[in-house]
Amino acid sequence: MNKNIILYAALLIFGLAAPFIFPAFKVQLSILCVLIVLALTWNIQGGEMGYNTFGNILFYGLGMYLCASVQVGMFFPLAEWTESGGEKTFVHTPTQFFQGMAMGLIVAAVIPTIVAGLIGYSILGLRGHYFAICTLGLGVAAGEISGGIEIIGAGQGFTTPPFPDVGSLEARGEFFYFLSFMAVVLTFITVKSIYSTRFKLILNAIRDNEDKAEAMGIQTMKYKIIGWMISAFFCGLAGGIMGGLVGYIDSTDVAFDGREMGVFMVLMAILGGKGTLWGPVIGATVFHIFKEGFWTFFLGWQYVALGVLIVVIVIYFPEGIMGWLREKYPERFGEVVDEADRKAQVELK
Amino acid sequence: MDFLIFQVPMLTLQATLDGVLLGILFALIAYGMALQWGVMNIINIAQGDLVILGGYIAYFMYLWGIHPAWGVIVSPFIMYFVGVGIYKLVINKVVDRDLFISILATFGISILFMQLMNFAFGADVVLANSGYGTTMLFDNSVTLPNSKIFSAFISIIFAIGLVIYMKKSKLGRAIRATAQNARAAKILGVDTEKVYAATFGINAALCGVAGALISITFTIHPYMGLPYTIRSFMIVIVAGLGNLPGVAMSGMGLGVFEEFADYILGTEFRIGSVFLLLVLILVYRRFKLSRKREYLK
Repeated sequence: MNKNIILYAALLIFGLAAPFIFPAFKVQLSILCVLIVLALTWNIQGGEMGYNTFGNILFYGLGMYLCASVQVGMFFPLAEWTESGGEKTFVHTPTQFFQGMAMGLIVAAVIPTIVAGLIGYSILGLRGHYFAICTLGLGVAAGEISGGIEIIGAGQGFTTPPFPDVGSLEARGEFFYFLSFMAVVLTFITVKSIYSTRFKLILNAIRDNEDKAEAMGIQTMKYKIIGWMISAFFCGLAGGIMGGLVGYIDSTDVAFDGREMGVFMVLMAILGGKGTLWGPVIGATVFHIFKEGFWTFFLGWQYVALGVLIVVIVIYFPEGIMGWLREKYPERFGEVVDEADRKAQVELK
Repeated sequence: MDFLIFQVPMLTLQATLDGVLLGILFALIAYGMALQWGVMNIINIAQGDLVILGGYIAYFMYLWGIHPAWGVIVSPFIMYFVGVGIYKLVINKVVDRDLFISILATFGISILFMQLMNFAFGADVVLANSGYGTTMLFDNSVTLPNSKIFSAFISIIFAIGLVIYMKKSKLGRAIRATAQNARAAKILGVDTEKVYAATFGINAALCGVAGALISITFTIHPYMGLPYTIRSFMIVIVAGLGNLPGVAMSGMGLGVFEEFADYILGTEFRIGSVFLLLVLILVYRRFKLSRKREYLK
């Protein structure tokens, strides 16, 4: 226990000091924070509940659009803003910007939660691969449809309000870094606290055998929807932050980007080890470092690498890093190992 | 509702005919999907990308001065080996594992194919001009490109040919036996590994035919694969595995739906409405089954 507190304190201090230690990587670190949030929330469905969703991207994209729309719409007419495109006819004052951002993030988190609650009953009744394909369809449909709506920029995209001039050049990076770092801490605390309750056991029961869980008197549907709503809350928040960070929203390439973000979150959780608390965090970090390296040095081949990476991870490494560690050092995970049993296994190999 | 399409009966007829001809093509792709889903229990997200790859084969024949209609013969041959290659490299490692693993693995293949095609063939929207002309019906108010009629005709021939092949040939019987019970088939001397490879190859060949026809009739583009996957998935779940007339009917239904959605909602919502329809169909079936306390399996 004592060791854990030291670990968390060290991570927290590192997280707070990171933008000053690596000033050149502030944007990358912010993106890493968003990726960790997405991986952690995907893990609630895919890892703990056994519902492999491609549809969390829906909440992410929704949050992105909502945050930007609220931020603009609070002070200026939205339609004229999107029509003017890159040429800024309206400029946010710093106060307006931060007020709008705060309001936008609240909306970006709350509305996707409500949406998840509303569609949860219909969608979560599907199981297995039907659920996976249905959520895949949901994400792509959202992207295609939002690409046809005029007021949020349709096909040409939506420019989010530029960061106001507050005197310091570093302010923008630091603001978004601490915003996303706060989101990570909030997500991690929430996820960690729900993983130590009965709720997690219920999710695991649903994963292992849903019919049996239902027969035991658990209202599985209720818990599935609550789980999805928690995911949606943080996905929406992450989307809102990412929208401000990127500065430009496109329906299929940034917001409802099933080909990138939608797959990344699945891949990160699987790479780290699904069904564990630390797996998604480790997976997201490893994946982000790999991705950035590849994106920088092999520009153009990144999707080829991504495709190969997906196939390799899924086929040869489905247990992830945490699963591999667990097999290697079972004692660290609190598993009792019988020496004779282990010897027998080694001999078998 | 004052949509133009309901005021002009000829437009309705036009949309319906277009939809039916398009739907026959979809049904051919869906048939391939139903085949490998039924036999190997794999959902192939890369199905649409195989279609597009097949289309590019016909397109290149067109560029080299050969009539693209010959792509219907050449493309399946090449695609058969592509399919077997994919099977040997990836699919045989995911056959008897969790379905989600196969979805994710083929998703990876799909991304890989998309990008490789983008490198190799460029990101332009292309089509192979067949020069078949157009048939005018009803005093020139309904126009049907002959290439569409040609492609529907070829699709039907290939579908019927495959059904006969599955019924009569030795390999066809082995495939059907494996689909019924892979273990029993193995005991009785069927080399299931070979059967799986052949099934995936046949599926890819069907995609090749469909792709060649699509490159003649419509347009192809490296990133256009996923909608074809979703369409074929949708057709299969509506019709059910192994229900061939059902696949044909629901394929045509989907084609007609798309044409009407195109007219009523506008072209920018066409793909979106296909994906939305998938969600609606799945949700509808889920509620229908949940009354009996069952779920989609």
